[in-house]
Amino acid sequence: MSQYLILIYTDEAQWANTTPEDAAQLTKEHMDFGERHAGVMRGGNALQGTNTATSVRPDAAGSFAVTDGPFAETKEALGGYYLIEAADLDQALAVARDVPMRFGGVEVRPIWEVM
Amino acid sequence: MGEVEPAVAAAVADAHRREWAFVLAATVRVTLDLDLAEECVQDAYARALDTWGSAGIPARPGAWLTTVARRRALDLLRRAATARRALPLLVTDPVLAAGSEPAADELAVLDPGAEELAPSARIAPEGARRDPGGAGPVSVAEPAMADDRLRLVFTCCHPALGTDTQVALSLRLLCGLSTAEVARAFLVSEATMAARITRGKKKIAAARIPYRVPPRAELPARVGAVLTVVYLMFSTGYAAPTGDDLMREDLVERSLDLALMLRVLLPGHGEVAGLAALILLTDARRGARVDAAGRLILLADQDRTRWDAAKISEGAALVREALGQGAPGRFTVMAAIAAVHDEAPRFSDTDWPQIVGLYDLLMRRWPSPVVALNRAVAVGFADGPAEGLAALETLAASPELAGYGYLSASRADFLRRLGRTGEARLAYEEALLLTGNAVERDFLAARLDQLGS
Repeated sequence: MSQYLILIYTDEAQWANTTPEDAAQLTKEHMDFGERHAGVMRGGNALQGTNTATSVRPDAAGSFAVTDGPFAETKEALGGYYLIEAADLDQALAVARDVPMRFGGVEVRPIWEVM
Repeated sequence: MGEVEPAVAAAVADAHRREWAFVLAATVRVTLDLDLAEECVQDAYARALDTWGSAGIPARPGAWLTTVARRRALDLLRRAATARRALPLLVTDPVLAAGSEPAADELAVLDPGAEELAPSARIAPEGARRDPGGAGPVSVAEPAMADDRLRLVFTCCHPALGTDTQVALSLRLLCGLSTAEVARAFLVSEATMAARITRGKKKIAAARIPYRVPPRAELPARVGAVLTVVYLMFSTGYAAPTGDDLMREDLVERSLDLALMLRVLLPGHGEVAGLAALILLTDARRGARVDAAGRLILLADQDRTRWDAAKISEGAALVREALGQGAPGRFTVMAAIAAVHDEAPRFSDTDWPQIVGLYDLLMRRWPSPVVALNRAVAVGFADGPAEGLAALETLAASPELAGYGYLSASRADFLRRLGRTGEARLAYEEALLLTGNAVERDFLAARLDQLGS
């Protein structure tokens, strides 16, 4: 068994326009998703928006530059993740396809396993 | 190492062409590591060159090569354990994974000295019902899912790999082309191609793309991806977009080999037969497509006696088979169009209304600007150049066709036939600017010349 991180990318502008009912519905969909895949689920969280993000980069002077905002500005930003266990990529993709993805999509990355 | 007899060299070359995928796929099952398996298979072919001269050419070269490659793999695995491995092992079915251990019974088969290198080499209990020849349609009845080659096919053509990578890996792992040959086929540097192949293999291992035939529910989509790879290989070879040769015959031949292999491995998939038919029916015209000086000859002007009648009848039979298997897929319809052309004794005998009808079918289910362009050209022959031109004009605004030389060349041809010489000249000049293939440029320049001033 291997682990994969499913990164959920979301268009924050669209997310900002959802009604409370829609947001509640989406939350429910994620809960249902979590229940459907409880057997392979190893973790997962939703993230606060990129307007709460702070980035840190080492600078030339040997210190750190701390800046407001996400590491890279993209239309669809990382909005949450699931950590799952799967035998292979096909199994991981089958779980990934089932993630509620109303305002974007997901990226599936294998966890680097130290052998 | 002495001189290799021509008969031996030819037998090894033939086995390379026909058995590479079989031998490699069976060896991957032992190594679960693509690089190591390739190395062992290369060794086996080298050994065949050295020994087939004195020991004789085995009756079943694929089985002989598989035995040698797998034994080499087991030796290396035993000696070095897992220490030399740079990438994680491939993921495969539990049954296979268990069988891949150098199990006692397998070693018993492989170890008793040189005996098993005799023609009747046994490779594994299930080896007997496989068909190492692979090319003959006789083995259609074999249990399709049992063949290791299919695992290799679906791994190379996994949608998680980029299309370029799928094509490169297929040429390398399924057809046994060297990295240099694959690079030449796609006109990129060897370093670029080596990097692409290495990245692909690394992704297969690291993301754990399984070495497995997909479950039945996923099979149609996955077979579609495989066919797309084979078709890309064929179309790249058939109408080389750039360079001095119109065709790269090696690519066309490899794509045909693969299509025929898939037909054996996936019986009952209409589109597999359709693609094999399309390649056969198109490639049948190869000998008439370019003149002695390398100049392009249009379908209308080709010497049809130089078409390959055997390929045409084989292809036509495959189209009929594919059409008999439910709603025809894209490649089957394209093959049917090619069959209508191939079965016309003269260009003037072409059944253009039927071709337009087939393009209509293609447009309804797989609309694309290129199909629309081909349909417009067929309309021009069925109903006359004015109608053809009208059909083309509706396409001129299509952004996908902007910069597509065939659109300008087709317009130029209709305008020429309508006697609108000035406009035809402009269209030929535009087409000349847009094509990078030297043979096609020569053709367009000659047409431009014939227009006079």
